[in-house]
Amino acid sequence: MADGVAHNARGNGWVGIVPVLFAAALFTYFVSLMPTIAGLEAIRFAAPWIPSLGIEFAFLVDGLSLTFALLISGIGTLVLLYSNTYLAGHPQYARFALFLTAFMVSMLGLVLADDLILLFVFWELTTFTSYMLIGFSHDSEKSRRNALQALFVTGAGGLAFLAGLIMLGAITGTSSISEILTMGEALKAHALYVPILILLLAGTFTKSAQVPFHFWLPNAMAAPTPVSAFLHSATMVKAGVYVMARMHPAMSGTDIWLWTLTIFGAVTAVFASFLSLRQTDLKQALAYTTLMALGTLTLFLGQESGYAMTAFAAFLIVHSLYKASLFLIVGCIDKSTGTRETDQLGGLARLMPVTTVAAALAAMSMAGFPPFLGFIGKELKYAGAIAVTSEPVLVAGAALLANSLMLAVAGVVAFRPFWRGTVPSTQSPKEAPWQMLAGPVILASLGALFGIYPDLLQTALIDPTVLSLTGQIEEAKELKLWAGVNIPLVLSIATFVLGLIIYAFHVQVRAVIERVFSALPNLDRGWDRFLDALKAFAKWQTNIVQNGRLSSYTYVTFLTIAAGIFLTFLYTGLPAITVDLSDVEWKHTSIALLIAAGALLTLFTNSRIAAIAALGVVGIGIALIFIVFSAPDVAITQLLVETLIVVLVAVVMLRLPLLPKMEFRLNHAVLSVAVGAAVSLILISVVSSPLDLRLTEYFEVTSWPEAYGRNIVNVILVDFRALDTFGEIAVVVIAALSAYALLRTTRKGDEK
Amino acid sequence: MNSVILRAGTSYLAGLLLVFSVYMMLRGHNEPGGGFIGGLTGATGFVLYAIGCSVGEARKALRVLPQTIAVWGLGIALAAGLFAAVFGDALFTGQWLFIGATEDDKGLPLSSVLVFDIGVYLVVFGSVLTLVFAMEEEI
Repeated sequence: MADGVAHNARGNGWVGIVPVLFAAALFTYFVSLMPTIAGLEAIRFAAPWIPSLGIEFAFLVDGLSLTFALLISGIGTLVLLYSNTYLAGHPQYARFALFLTAFMVSMLGLVLADDLILLFVFWELTTFTSYMLIGFSHDSEKSRRNALQALFVTGAGGLAFLAGLIMLGAITGTSSISEILTMGEALKAHALYVPILILLLAGTFTKSAQVPFHFWLPNAMAAPTPVSAFLHSATMVKAGVYVMARMHPAMSGTDIWLWTLTIFGAVTAVFASFLSLRQTDLKQALAYTTLMALGTLTLFLGQESGYAMTAFAAFLIVHSLYKASLFLIVGCIDKSTGTRETDQLGGLARLMPVTTVAAALAAMSMAGFPPFLGFIGKELKYAGAIAVTSEPVLVAGAALLANSLMLAVAGVVAFRPFWRGTVPSTQSPKEAPWQMLAGPVILASLGALFGIYPDLLQTALIDPTVLSLTGQIEEAKELKLWAGVNIPLVLSIATFVLGLIIYAFHVQVRAVIERVFSALPNLDRGWDRFLDALKAFAKWQTNIVQNGRLSSYTYVTFLTIAAGIFLTFLYTGLPAITVDLSDVEWKHTSIALLIAAGALLTLFTNSRIAAIAALGVVGIGIALIFIVFSAPDVAITQLLVETLIVVLVAVVMLRLPLLPKMEFRLNHAVLSVAVGAAVSLILISVVSSPLDLRLTEYFEVTSWPEAYGRNIVNVILVDFRALDTFGEIAVVVIAALSAYALLRTTRKGDEK
Repeated sequence: MNSVILRAGTSYLAGLLLVFSVYMMLRGHNEPGGGFIGGLTGATGFVLYAIGCSVGEARKALRVLPQTIAVWGLGIALAAGLFAAVFGDALFTGQWLFIGATEDDKGLPLSSVLVFDIGVYLVVFGSVLTLVFAMEEEI
C-alpha cells in the first residue's frame, strides 16, 4: 500500500521546487537568529491587531521557540524535498504541497506566537491542515474516517483549550504570553488555576495524543508517509508538548501539575511501548513509539529539576531527528518493496546500502547506544528521573521499561528488515533517489554528530531552552557522553540487557502482548460506536424536529414566541394596562375591522385563492395604518411587498386542489389567541411608557443639513445607517440565490 | 395564463412601471420613494409581464439573468460605500458634489448616496425576479 501513488517520473515542476526553497529560506533565517539566542537573549516582534481587546500580532523568539522553529523548518525542508519525489507526478501534488507548506507556516506561528489568541488561531490551523493531510487520499474511506477522527478529537480538545486560554487572559488581564509568564505565583494562587489547568491540558493531551486520547495518532498514519514523518511525529503532535513547556514557568510546581503530567506521561509512555512492539506494520510501530516519546516529554515537563528540563530539551531534539528519519526510511522501503509488513521484509542491506546505513544510525540513536545523541538523551532521562523527589523509583522504572521496549522496537524496525532473512522473490527493491535519501541521511547523521560533539547543541539550543523553561541558566545540565560510573550508567546498561532480551524474544513477547491487550477495551472501536450512537441520535431528533410539515414548523415557531413573551411577563410581572380609547377615530376603527375581517376569512374559507386574497387584505389594512399615521415610505413598501406576496403565493396555490373541509383544531386556535394576546400586551406596555424621541429628533434635525435629504427614512437607509442597509441587501441576495438553488435542485431530479 | 387582454395590457404596464420605478428611486431622497421601493415597483412590472406572457418572454425582455443584476447591485452598493475611503472618511460616508452651485441654489446634487441607492434598487429588483422566475418555472 504505497499510499495509492501513481508511479510517474514526470515530476511536479515548479510546484514541487518552490515550497522546498521557501522552507529552506525560513530555515536559514532561523539559523541566522541562533547567535542571538545562544547569547541568552530573546527577540520580540509585536504589531497591534485588535487594540481594543489588547490582542497583538506578537511573536517571541527564545530558546524554546527557536528550537522548535529550527526543527519545523529544517525537517520541513527535507520532507518537502522528499515528498516531491515520493509523490512525483501525483495529480494533486499542488494541493499536497500547499497544505504541507501551510501546515509548516501555522506550526511556526504556533511556536513563535506570544499572544494567547494568536496562539489559538495557529493551533487550530495546524489541526485543520493536519485534517486535510490525513485525508489526502480522499477516495479511501479509511483515510476520510481517520482524518475526521483526528479532527474531532483534537478539535474538541481545541475548544477546551480556547476556554482555558480565555480564562487565563481574563484573570491575568493580558493576552501577552510573556507577561503572563511573569505572573506565575499569582496565577497558581488563583481560585481558577485548577479549572484553567484542566482545560489547557485537555487541549494539549488531545493534541499530543496522551492516553486515553491516543487512538487518533496511529490512525493518522493513513496520511502519506512524509506527512506522518513531519506532522505526526516530529512537529504537530508536539504542539501540545510545546504549550505545556511554554506554560511551565508559570503553571508548574503544584501537586496537580506534577501528578497529572507524571501519571499521564508515564502511562502513555509504557502503554505505547508495549503496543509498539505488538505492531507488524513498520509505520504503525513507529506511530506508537511516537506516542511513547510524547508521553516521556510530558513526564519530564511534570518535573521541576534542571535534569528533567535538560532531558526534555535533549530528548525533544533527539526524537525529532531519529523519528523523522525512520519514517522517511519506512517510506523508502514501502516505495521500493511495496510493503511495510515486517514479516515480508528481509535482506535489504545488500540492495539498499545507503538506506541501511541511515536506518542503522537513526535506530542506534533511538535505542540509545553510545556515541549517539540518543544515549546522552537517555542518560539525562535517568538522571532526571532520579532527581524526581516524589517518586523516583516509579518514574525511573517507567523510563527503564519504556526505553528497553524502544530498543527492541528499534531492532524490529531498523535492523531486521535489512540484516535478517532474504528478499522475497516477488520483490526487486532498489535504492531510492537522492531526494528521498537526503532527509534520512542528514537527520540520522546529525544524531551521531551531536552525540559525539554535544557542545554543538549545548550553548546553541539546550541552554537557551532550559532558560525558557526555568528562567535560570544554572539549571541547564551538561550534555556529555561519559559522565563517570553513576546510577544513570547502571540503568543504561540494564536497558541494553533488557532491551536485547526483549528483541531476541520479540515474537513470543508480541504474542503475550497481543493476548493482554485484546482483553482491554478498544478505544478506536469505542469511538466508532460513539459516532454511530451520535448519528442515530441526530437522525432520531431530526425526524422529530424536521418532520417536513410546514404547519408544525410554524406551530413550534409561534409557540416559542408566545412562551418567550409570557415567561418574560411571569418574570417582570404584567404591565400596567391603561387603554385610552378617547382619540380613536372612525377611520382607525374601520381599518381595524377590515383587518379582522380579512383574518377571519383566511381562517374559515376553503378556497385557497380566497384565503390569499383575504391575507392580502390584512396586509393592505396594515399599509393603511401606516398612511394614517403618516409614514408613506413604509406604507408603499408594505403595499408593494403585499402585492408581490399575493402574486407569488397565487402562482403556487392556483395549481393546488381546494383545501379539504376545515376541521376545528383546538391547539392551533389556542396558540393563535395566545400569540395575539401576548403581542397586544407588549404593544400596550410599550405605548404606556413614554416614547424615547431622542433618535427621531436627532434625525429630524440633521437629515437636511448633514445629509441633504428631506425623506428621513431614506436618508437613514442610504446614509446614516448605510452599512446596515448593505448588510441587509447582502442577505437579500444570499436568500434569493439559495432559494434559486433549492428550486433548481428539485427541478433537476424531474427533468434529467 | 392565457388571456389576450392581460397579455396586451401587461406589456405596456411593465414599461410604465419600470419608468415609474426609476422615478420613485430618484425622488427618494426628499419625497417618499427610494431604492427599495423602486426595486419592488420595477420587479412588479416584470412579474406581471411574466404572468401575462410567459417567464421565457420576460427573461428574454430582461436580457440578463436576474441573479446577475442582484449581484451587480451588491457590488455597486459596496463600491459606493468604499468610495468614501478615497477621501479618508469612514466607510459608507456620503460624498457629495454640487454641480453649478451658487449662493442660494445648490445646483445639481450628485452623490455616492445615490449610487448606493441604485445598488439597493438593483439588488431588490434582481433578487425578487430571481425568486419569482424560478418559482414560476418550477410550477
